Amino acid sequence: MSTETMPARGFNLSKDDLGADILEIAMGPHHPSTHGVFRMDLKLDGETVVDLKPIFGYLHRNHEKLAEDIPYPGSMPFTDRLDYLCGMTNNWAYALSLEKMLEVEVPERAQYIRIICAELTRLVNHCLLIGFFINDLGALGTPLLYALREREKILDLFETLSGARMMVNYMRFGGVRCDLPDGWLEECKRIVDKFPAFLDEYETLLNENEIVITRSQNVGVLTAEEATNFSITGPMLRASGVNYDLRKVDKYGIYDRFDFKVPLGAHGDCYDRFMIRMLEMRESIKILNQAMKDLPDGDIIGKVPRVFKPAAGTEVYGRIESPKGELGFYLVADGSTNPYRFKVRPPSFINLTALRHMCIGHKVADAVIILGSIDIVLGEVDR
Amino acid sequence: MEINHEAILTQFPDLEWEEDTQSLIVPPEKAVEVVTWLKEHPEMRLDFLSCVSGVDYPAKEVKTKARNEEGKMEITVTQHPEKMEVVYHFYSMEKKIGPLVLKQRVMSRENSTVTSLTPIYRGADLMEREVFDLFGINFTDHPDLRRILMWDNFEHHPMRKDYTPPNDYDYEPTPHDDVIERAQEREKEREGQEA
Repeated sequence: MSTETMPARGFNLSKDDLGADILEIAMGPHHPSTHGVFRMDLKLDGETVVDLKPIFGYLHRNHEKLAEDIPYPGSMPFTDRLDYLCGMTNNWAYALSLEKMLEVEVPERAQYIRIICAELTRLVNHCLLIGFFINDLGALGTPLLYALREREKILDLFETLSGARMMVNYMRFGGVRCDLPDGWLEECKRIVDKFPAFLDEYETLLNENEIVITRSQNVGVLTAEEATNFSITGPMLRASGVNYDLRKVDKYGIYDRFDFKVPLGAHGDCYDRFMIRMLEMRESIKILNQAMKDLPDGDIIGKVPRVFKPAAGTEVYGRIESPKGELGFYLVADGSTNPYRFKVRPPSFINLTALRHMCIGHKVADAVIILGSIDIVLGEVDR
Repeated sequence: MEINHEAILTQFPDLEWEEDTQSLIVPPEKAVEVVTWLKEHPEMRLDFLSCVSGVDYPAKEVKTKARNEEGKMEITVTQHPEKMEVVYHFYSMEKKIGPLVLKQRVMSRENSTVTSLTPIYRGADLMEREVFDLFGINFTDHPDLRRILMWDNFEHHPMRKDYTPPNDYDYEPTPHDDVIERAQEREKEREGQEA
C-alpha cells in the first residue's frame, strides 16, 4: 500500500506545522506501557509533551450490536469480556440493569454472595493496577509479581466457584448461578485474613520510597472541578477529592448495611491515585469480613420469568461502582426477547477523556505513568 | 433521589416531558441553554454527565390487538415516524441526586444534527464522538468530531438498524493475500450478476 492511500489517522506529519524541534511519535499500539493495544500520538518538544491524541479501536468488535441480536441472558458471558479483569462486577452491572427493568427481587443470600465477589474483584483489579503502576515507574518485575501472587489466590477462588478464573459468567438475573462450594467460605476467609499482611509489606516497601514519590507526586494533576467536568469516575475521581462513591450514593444491592469508609485524595496527582487504591483495598477487606460473617442461608436466585420480555418502550439505566469507576448499562426494550438498544458506559474509556489534559507539559516518561494511573483495560475501552 | 422535573418545565414551558420513559425531550437548538441552566441551578447542580447514547428508530408500523367497546378484537395499526435520539444521563455529584434523562431528538435519519454539549461538559467529548462514529449523528460545535472506534475511511455507521455487514472484504484496513483473493472472487460474482 502506498503512502497516498494510507488512511489519515490522528494528525499527519506536515511540513507547515513541523517546527524545528517538534517531534511527532506514535506511542503504541504495541508499546508495553499502554496495557494492550492503545496508541498515543504524541507531539514532543524535546522530552516535553506538547500535544497528545489517543487513538482507539484496535480491539473494537461492536459488543453493543452483538447484544442486539441475541436474547437478554445471552449477553451475560459477553460482559465478562468487557473489562476482562473484573468479570464479576461486569456481570453484576448488567444483571442489576435488567432487574431494575423487570423489578425482580434478589434473595438475601445472593446479595451477600454478589458483594463478596465484587469486593474480591476490587482486590484483584487494584492489585494489578498497583503492580503495573510500579512497573511503569521502572521497578521492573518484582513488585508486580508480589501483586500478581496475591491476585492469583483470589482467581483460584473464582475458579472453584464458577469454573473460570476470569471469564466467570457467574451472576444471573435475580441472583447468582450456583451456590458456594463446600469449604469455599473458609478458604476465602483464610485468604482475606492474610491480605492485610501483603498490603503492609507493600506499603512499607513503596509508599515512602523516594523514587515513587518524586516520580508521581505533582504529576498529572486533576482538580476536583476538572474531574467532575471530565465525567471522571471511580478511584480517579476520589483521588481528586470528590466524595462520590456509588456504593454510598446509590446504595445498590445491600451496601447500606456495611460499615466502610470512602478514601479521598487531596492533590489529584498520580501518587494520590496510587494511594487511593491501597486504601480502598483495606476498605474492601472490611466489607468482606462483614459480609462473610453475616452471610445468611437461603435461595441463591429469586423468582424470575422463564423468558425475559420487558414491555415495549421501557428504558433503564443501571450503574454500579466497578473497580475502575461507574459501569453503566442503558437498555431500551421493544417488547421482544432481544434488547432494542444495549449501551455500555465503560468507565475506563470515559476516564481517558482527561488524558490529554493531564499529560500536556509533562515529560514523555510521565505520560506513561499518567496512563498507568488511569487504569484502563482495552477490552472495555474499545468494546 | 429523583429530580423535580416540574421546575424545569416551569422555566422552559415549551419542553416536552415524556412520562413513559421519564425523560425530558429537548430540541437541539435549545439544548445548550437548558443544560447550562440545569448545571447552574442552585437546587439541581447537574454537574456530572454520566452517559451519552445514541438510539436509532427507523420508521415502522406497530399492530396492537385490543378489545373494542362491543367486545370484539380489533387490530389497530400505529405508524411510528423515523427518528434519532441522543440520550444524556445527568447526575449531580454535589447534591447526590439524579438521574435526569435528557433527549435530543431529531425526526430524520439522514443528516441528523444535534448540538454538542462538549463545550459545557468536557466529558462528553469521546462519548459524542462514539455516537457520531456508530450512528452518523452530527454534533454542531464539537471541537474534534472524528471517527473513534472504526477506522477513518470506513463509510458506514454500524449501529444503525439498517446497517448490513459488507459482503466483501474491501473494508479490511490492511488486506492480506487470501482476503484480496476473496474480494476479487466476490467482485467477479457481482459482475456476473449485473451482466
